[in-house]
Amino acid sequence: MNINTTKIISLLFFIFSAFYLYTAYQIQVFAFDENAPFNARTFPIYLGYAGLFFSGLKLILPDPNTIKVDHKNLEYKKTGILILIAIIYGATILKVGYFLTTSLFLFASYYFLGERRWILMFLLSFPFVAAFMYLLHGILDIYLRDPLLQSIGVMG
Amino acid sequence: MIEGILIGLTTALTFQNILMVMVGCFFGTIIGMLPGLGPMTAIALMIPITYGFDPATGLILMAGVYYGAVFGGSTSSILLNAPGVPGTVATSFDGYPMAQQGKAGKALAIAAWSSFAGGTLSAIYLLFMAPSLSKVSLSFRSPDYFALMILGLTAIAAFSSKGQFLKAMMMVVLGLMLASVGQDSLSDITRFTFNNMNLTDGISFVLVVMATFAMSEALTIILKRNDPTSAAKQVSLTELGSIKINKEERTKMYKTIPRSSVIGFLIGVLPGAGATIASFLAYGMERNVVSDEEKEKFGKGSVNGLSAPETANNAACSGSFVPMLTLGIPGSGTTAVMLGALLGFGVQPGPRLYMTNPEIFWSIIMSMYIGMVILLILNLPLIPYIARILAVPKNYLIPLILFFSVTGIYVMSFNNFDIYLMIGIAVVATFLRLYDFPMPPLILAFVLGGLMEENLRRSLLLSNGSWEFLWDRTLTACILATTILIVVWHIYKTFKRKN
Repeated sequence: MNINTTKIISLLFFIFSAFYLYTAYQIQVFAFDENAPFNARTFPIYLGYAGLFFSGLKLILPDPNTIKVDHKNLEYKKTGILILIAIIYGATILKVGYFLTTSLFLFASYYFLGERRWILMFLLSFPFVAAFMYLLHGILDIYLRDPLLQSIGVMG
Repeated sequence: MIEGILIGLTTALTFQNILMVMVGCFFGTIIGMLPGLGPMTAIALMIPITYGFDPATGLILMAGVYYGAVFGGSTSSILLNAPGVPGTVATSFDGYPMAQQGKAGKALAIAAWSSFAGGTLSAIYLLFMAPSLSKVSLSFRSPDYFALMILGLTAIAAFSSKGQFLKAMMMVVLGLMLASVGQDSLSDITRFTFNNMNLTDGISFVLVVMATFAMSEALTIILKRNDPTSAAKQVSLTELGSIKINKEERTKMYKTIPRSSVIGFLIGVLPGAGATIASFLAYGMERNVVSDEEKEKFGKGSVNGLSAPETANNAACSGSFVPMLTLGIPGSGTTAVMLGALLGFGVQPGPRLYMTNPEIFWSIIMSMYIGMVILLILNLPLIPYIARILAVPKNYLIPLILFFSVTGIYVMSFNNFDIYLMIGIAVVATFLRLYDFPMPPLILAFVLGGLMEENLRRSLLLSNGSWEFLWDRTLTACILATTILIVVWHIYKTFKRKN
């Protein structure tokens, strides 16, 4: 059996399914439901076994279409930075508010992806977000929580 | 039916709904033209906008995006030999050679007319078939539904896996596992929440769609250094030539369109199949039925070779609405996204939809006609201009996709946890995509997870815990036998390839 990344993913999925199955057996059901033909843990238990079955088969059976990924050509740095910016965006959006964090998120993302046309970057962040907010909040009546704009009286 | 058509027309022909079809078709065309970004991403990005509408309008918008994306995919297939969506790969076989001969405008016109005719004819088939199938499906019982869902999941795994059936089945199981998080629908017992209050209500469908499609596609583009907009830049530079179709070409299309539309529609109705298989089958069939002289032209710019897949892929789009509207079981990843959105609106698609919400049922069908007309009159003359809009560099495109994804989740829950969870799922999905683990089966499984458990629960309780319900009824047994055949066939193929 050749060890390749697909097999490793299958092994991880096998372990995950085993953990899922163990957790499924731990689900607490009502006493009167314990021996019922179907209770809250029945379906997850079947799923756990299905996960073990398919990932087990993938592990055992030959893999004729081995996928080879050239990791040297992958852009890990930019992807990582983008994910980090998104995490910071998620962490600050509730406290700081939608408008400022979203605009800064867009501006920072453009910058880290290599963009340097400052005016365009600005136009596609702050005014763009303001217009989008107007579309959602003002026209479509979708509530957007923004403590900052509320505190300065821009939003009701 | 006449009453239903009138209800549908009344709803679909309001100013707001016509505007939504236009916006949907336009936006879908843009996304569909970008190789790598398909209709599922386009629809996922539209979900936050639909929160402000009633279900019928929201669904009309999403349906418009769907046809638009398929049409947009044909454009990049013809002009660049770079299909925007898998359903338009067969279009490039004859569309691209035609464009290379300086007849790009003609190829686009043939594609547009074929799409229009295919979509319109299949909407007529849908008009007659959907209500009848709804009536038939009222006799379906829980075991039948359970077996149908298993068949749907197995079929989508088989068709979308590109020979990697086990990977697709693993994605199905993962989707069902994600759907099992949260409170059990009957007993309210929490499962797999690990005492985290944020998971009590389960994982949101929008979150999973945004993470596995919109966000993960954006991350994949950056990770693989792809530039989907580079192709679009070339479109704007291509000389299109005349868009006039002569009499001889029209005669060829008259014969091709009806037969390809039937194939496309029937394949679209089948769970798991869809535009890709429909277009390849229609292309293959057309090649077999034309004269030897015409056969020689296939692959070198044949009118029949271009018209057949284009008719079939649009017909399949309409066909894929049949199982969703009548059985409540989506036949493809795209209709699964729409089903999830409908459930989010509090509408339960299924055999009773056309009785309980006739305005939704009929307005979707009616909006298909309107969508096809709009695609034809709006998009065809505008293609060179749309292509210029597309010359937006990926440095802008990617952050905007991420922005739409996060906004979609933010306006839904105002919760940081959901954003982190979405990013986490997107990272895992991006990694899985690198190794060809398909995402549509995961989405379909996630949408069907709750319904599947519900139907299994009813079936097992009614049969006192016995699994005999699977072969008690002929219909259930037949559906299950088909499922087993698909599984065994695909596992056998894996063995055969090795030997």
